[in-house]
Amino acid sequence: MVVGSGPGGLQTAYSLVRAGVTSCAVLSRDSAPGGMFRRWPVYQRLISWTKPDAPCEPGTREYEWYDHNSLVGDEPAHQALVRGFMDRAYDVPARHEMEAGLAAFAEHVEVRYECEWLSTSRDEHGFALETSDGEYRCKVCVFAIGVTEPWTAPIPGLEAAPHYAATRTPEQYEGKSVFIVGKRNSAFELAQGLLPWASRIVLASPRPVQTAVLAFSPLSIRYLSPYMQHVRGGSGSFVLDAAIDRVERNADGYRIRASGTTWEGEVDVEADEVIAATGFRAPVRDLPQLGVAMVGDGRLPAQTPYWESVSVPGIYFAGNVMGASAGLRKHGATSSTGSVNGFRYNARVLAHHIAETHFGLARERRQFSRDEVVPFLLGELARAPELWIQKGYLARVVETQGVCRDGGIVPLADHVDRDGGDSVAVTIEYAADGAVTPVVYVRRAGRLAEHALPTDPLHRFDTTEHRQALAALVS
Amino acid sequence: MTAPAENYVDTLSRLALFADLPHPQLEVLAHSFDEEVFAAGQRVIRQDVTGGGFYVILDGEAHVVIDGNERARLHRGDFFGEISLLTDSRPTADVIAATVLRCLIIPDTELKPFLLKQPSVMYRMLQIEARRLRAANAWDG
Repeated sequence: MVVGSGPGGLQTAYSLVRAGVTSCAVLSRDSAPGGMFRRWPVYQRLISWTKPDAPCEPGTREYEWYDHNSLVGDEPAHQALVRGFMDRAYDVPARHEMEAGLAAFAEHVEVRYECEWLSTSRDEHGFALETSDGEYRCKVCVFAIGVTEPWTAPIPGLEAAPHYAATRTPEQYEGKSVFIVGKRNSAFELAQGLLPWASRIVLASPRPVQTAVLAFSPLSIRYLSPYMQHVRGGSGSFVLDAAIDRVERNADGYRIRASGTTWEGEVDVEADEVIAATGFRAPVRDLPQLGVAMVGDGRLPAQTPYWESVSVPGIYFAGNVMGASAGLRKHGATSSTGSVNGFRYNARVLAHHIAETHFGLARERRQFSRDEVVPFLLGELARAPELWIQKGYLARVVETQGVCRDGGIVPLADHVDRDGGDSVAVTIEYAADGAVTPVVYVRRAGRLAEHALPTDPLHRFDTTEHRQALAALVS
Repeated sequence: MTAPAENYVDTLSRLALFADLPHPQLEVLAHSFDEEVFAAGQRVIRQDVTGGGFYVILDGEAHVVIDGNERARLHRGDFFGEISLLTDSRPTADVIAATVLRCLIIPDTELKPFLLKQPSVMYRMLQIEARRLRAANAWDG
């Protein structure tokens, strides 16, 4: 059973059927595909790009690297669908363009719409899901339920203020002073959208804005104006590093008391409007009562590297909720799992994993001669979109015990921790200094050794130098 | 283990390591560094693999394993991973979750700036390291 018809549910279901799991039912409480993109982002513009034209053909594996919004299909007609809906006013799609791309992909996935999952129980064969359309029984559940339930931080009085999800259209904030609790995506998205309307905007949260990280973040599109206005002492935008002690409602609006975190002292701020842009939680319903352990202040289900609940085997997660599975997170680097470009690959890997471990459907694995292993892995390091987008999370493995065989794309953390025969795995990772670096993991006689290959200013990881270094490790 | 009843900031405030942090700084800690939950049997730190962080146990237990042999057991409030970060070397042990294990994680590159900004945490950490050293010497003797 797959629950959800957003990009995570669609990709998982599509890939499960392609992997041979034909007994797969997809339920959705929505009336149409698209998940959160049927509604959000509030101000209707994504931050992840799709380049309609690229140095390679749309529909190829290489093109996926230029298109961070389409789901990944096995046939050209199912590939690169978002570009066809873009009017090219921006290099990032509008919400409705993204939704149209997902709807086109959903034509290849059978979904039972308007069938809402209500509760969950275990039985001797697996799980029983109570839905608005009766009970469904299954061996394995994949919950692709998004991170869409508004979550308000436990700040006294904040519960009286509307959440990001209840934000009104920008013109309704005309001439008002607005206090936004939060300094992440949704907070800056609102601030940006309100700049032409509000008289004053204050954003506040305890953690300082990390300018070094921000400069390289796709969020820079959203961050730039309000934050730059604040930094330059511009008019009417303030970005505060402060822990908010309480929010009080009064006749004129709100009064907010906050304590500095990068400065000494306290401050009182008056505002006409307060918006809690404090994030979302996964709508997990009764899963915690079933024993599903949560993480991130109770907002997300904790998962293994293969996105299985750490505490209830047989329950898996897909879509942006997969971001709670951190992987090795070397040097603190996070993967792109929280967005479509990353989790589309995770969902495909998950589908193959479920097909193999729960349904005995082994994939056909390409065999290599010894001479082919190094060129194949170099090609992956140079061009594999899975490795480039899911840096440090997904790895390409070649088994080298006896016959050389493709081990597929797998979560690096699982590969590193698994006892197995001889193998070579390659990844693209961020080094401690932030350099994009190819890394090789060689397992020989049960022992794993990690080797970083040279970096390259143009990210050419299939040079003679790389070939020689990899050949020395593989031989 | 069920979902924790208290929130993340409250959990952090009860640990000896962070006992001297005022509330706003606890909020910064909670907003800056994520918690992660591991399945029983899952590895948290891997012998000879780079890039690990500094871990503080919020709930659950872990084993310290060297070359397959269990050397120590860690509990709520204990921390690990700092030796390889402070000495800039690869971990010399695996740390494996013995139960479902909940940890706060500070990445390797952020430990030093964090400790320099929060000397009270550094002092508490030093005290605990001193006790560990004394215990290790007592065993050796």
